[in-house]
Amino acid sequence: MSNGMINEQSSAAIFFGRMGRYAMHGIEQLGDGTRLGMHALSLIFTRPWQGKHFILQLYALGVGSLVIIIITGAFTGMVLALQGYYTLAKFGSESLLGAGVGMSIIRELGPVLGAFMIIGRAGSSITAEIGIMRVTEQTDALEMMAVNPKRRVLLPRIVATTIAVPLLVSIFDVVGIGTGYIVGVEMLGVNSGAYMAELIAKIDMIDLNGGWVKAGVFGFMIGMICTYMGYRATPTTEGVAKATTQAVVIASVGVLIMDYILTSFYL
Amino acid sequence: MIRGENLSKRYGDVDAVASTDIHIQAGAITAIMGGSGSGKTTLLRLLSGLDSPTTGHVWYGDDDLCSLSEQRLYELRESMGMLFQYSALLNSLNVYDNVAFPLHEHTDLDEEVIRTMVSMKLEQVGLRGFESMMPSELSGGMAKRVAFARAMAMDPRIVFFDEPTSGLDPISAGVISTLIHDTSKMNRMTSVVVTHDVSAGLAIADQVVLMWQGRIIAEGTPAEIQASTDERVRQFLEGRPDGPIPFSRSTTSYIDDLTHRPGTVRMAQ
Repeated sequence: MSNGMINEQSSAAIFFGRMGRYAMHGIEQLGDGTRLGMHALSLIFTRPWQGKHFILQLYALGVGSLVIIIITGAFTGMVLALQGYYTLAKFGSESLLGAGVGMSIIRELGPVLGAFMIIGRAGSSITAEIGIMRVTEQTDALEMMAVNPKRRVLLPRIVATTIAVPLLVSIFDVVGIGTGYIVGVEMLGVNSGAYMAELIAKIDMIDLNGGWVKAGVFGFMIGMICTYMGYRATPTTEGVAKATTQAVVIASVGVLIMDYILTSFYL
Repeated sequence: MIRGENLSKRYGDVDAVASTDIHIQAGAITAIMGGSGSGKTTLLRLLSGLDSPTTGHVWYGDDDLCSLSEQRLYELRESMGMLFQYSALLNSLNVYDNVAFPLHEHTDLDEEVIRTMVSMKLEQVGLRGFESMMPSELSGGMAKRVAFARAMAMDPRIVFFDEPTSGLDPISAGVISTLIHDTSKMNRMTSVVVTHDVSAGLAIADQVVLMWQGRIIAEGTPAEIQASTDERVRQFLEGRPDGPIPFSRSTTSYIDDLTHRPGTVRMAQ
């Protein structure tokens, strides 16, 4: 066997070996994360209740992300109306603008863009906060004070994101449809009655439910991923920074993959 | 009261603690001393159940800490306290809420009673009046004193102290050492103090354990340790740079590394 062939084979072996290790590591993390998150969730029905901490997290997540959600929703609705109007105008169907903007936002853009904004705004801070608690031994201190950090730190955040994301996405939807109306009707001259009538006629309960289910699933995923990455962060400054970046990337990609899966069920 | 049996903790290829047996006497102060990297803190974390040993068991009476259910472990921890090396105050809570935290969590006491108890604990560490300050506004010494007050909030039966005097000025270090001694004796507390402060360790401890390279190399009363003729013990107590305990942890000779590096000229023999 020539040296060239041996080199080629060994490079291929190294490549596949490396890919295999990445895959194994990913599967390990998925298993560990699921086990940790489920363990935290299993504590939801046991005392002491974490009601107060859940409310605090819901407030921090929900109210803290409100402005960014309103801004994103507003501009998404505006750009959709603008793009939609000129596309529909080519077919003489401007009256369908309300339905187009509404369906796009409720079924797809609201949950996905809303989830992205919440990952950037709240998910990263969840990971960093928990990671710093690990670095500064605060989670160990909780352990030694007989307070389970999974119950106190992880659980309220997972529950809060699961509830906050659908609420924020609902606000995103309303704001987006509203700004779409302003651009379409007030600025571009689409008939107001047609905009609203098509919106109401074309959007069914199944669209709304689909959007909320997506938002709920995304919220749960964001909570699970971001708390896990923080809790398992290497307890160093670099480790927390890396965990925060990874949490944002994994949660964002996870949202897109789950979006496809859920959409295929709802269509 | 606390027994560690054949305890080992391995991180990668390094044995932080190796085949160690330790007996912590109830109601006594045990000082675990040794140089940096000797395995003191790892041993403390194993004894407190914060880490699981690679091999061995930790016994609290008849309970094996390593096989306890999570619920039983937390029940046991309600009678424990710990002072961490870097205080580990909850940085989202002010001084009052940090000290009151265990009381809020584990008792149904009236807020007025808790307030009085927190005041007492803070007075003990000389920080009454600092209740509203946040951890980020405290100096290292103050944070450690608040952490001490928090560790004592539930009047625990067992308290672990991880380097309680490191990074403190001599007066604060003296205050903390005295507090550990007096509180332990007054409350008949079992205290385990990890320290490399020889004078403080010998002054407050009933029992001293000396570690090197993850193993216990000497144990006894402070008088017995001070009278030891073991060269390693003498070197540590006297702080001598030369002796059987090397200062350098490098695995190869620096000169060899320099002269055998590819591309460098070998020194003439």
